[in-house]
Amino acid sequence: MNGIHDLGGMHGLGPIEREADEPYFHEEWEGRVFGLFFANFAQGHFNVDQFRHGIEKMAPAGYLQTSYYEHWLHSFETLLSEKGIISLEELDRKQAELSQAGDT
Amino acid sequence: MAHDHHNAPPSDTAMRVKALETLLTEKGLVDPAAIDTLIDLYQTKIGPRNGAKVVARAWTDPDYRARLLEDGTKAIAEFGFTGVQGEDMVVVENTEDVHNLVVCTLCSCYPWPTLGLPPIWYKSAPYRARAVSDPRGVIAEFGVDLPEDVEVRVWDSNAELRYLVLPRRPAGTDDMDEDQLAELVSRDAMIGTALVEAPAS
Repeated sequence: MNGIHDLGGMHGLGPIEREADEPYFHEEWEGRVFGLFFANFAQGHFNVDQFRHGIEKMAPAGYLQTSYYEHWLHSFETLLSEKGIISLEELDRKQAELSQAGDT
Repeated sequence: MAHDHHNAPPSDTAMRVKALETLLTEKGLVDPAAIDTLIDLYQTKIGPRNGAKVVARAWTDPDYRARLLEDGTKAIAEFGFTGVQGEDMVVVENTEDVHNLVVCTLCSCYPWPTLGLPPIWYKSAPYRARAVSDPRGVIAEFGVDLPEDVEVRVWDSNAELRYLVLPRRPAGTDDMDEDQLAELVSRDAMIGTALVEAPAS
């Protein structure tokens, strides 16, 4: 499948930025997303190919503007809602509920 | 750019993730403690020190080196470095004439059991784009001065197949043992964006 994820040879993406002593996760939520991959995988909600396809189906502009673990989150939401494991409406409600509770 | 957040402030993303984890936990599909364990495992136990042990053994044991180049997956499994994202491993050897560089242009496929989780630059769009179009330039940018006549081979990883570079053993390390040699091997040397240097004496 040809798509925005197929970055090999693309020009104009800027310099390669490196970070000394880079932590594995820059923010706590990145680690949670990483762990959720295994949890969902172990439950059989998707395999690796489906997971990647979930990322590859992202809108091209959004793909380039979001980070690695945001791609993962996007794929979880797509796959889990497509399979009826969660609905995006209940996820929105849960997010609003947590935000209101001031729970960060 | 990889860890910028152009669309939403991080707190929104953090809240979204928390909502997803909470929802799945309430449905009995996720155990937060298991996620804690996984995060700890990949932060403290699975990393490039694993790959460095493989490299050092290949440098000191010719039979092991032969097994490693013949069937990377099997030879790496002798150390117990198996599992997710390391199911099918190919080891490519640097020589006097050939330098190898690993990328995943489509995604960020990387050998987790031997190298741990990839650095952001490996997952970034600029590296994925340029590693295949200008590998010499990328390698130079990382500070490696490759002679013109050294052939550069670029290996594009995928979901099934992952590569590990077997770097060249530096000169002047004949009296070092396997553990000491492993200390010299960096993550980047096993991706192909660095060489292994002998310790300054």
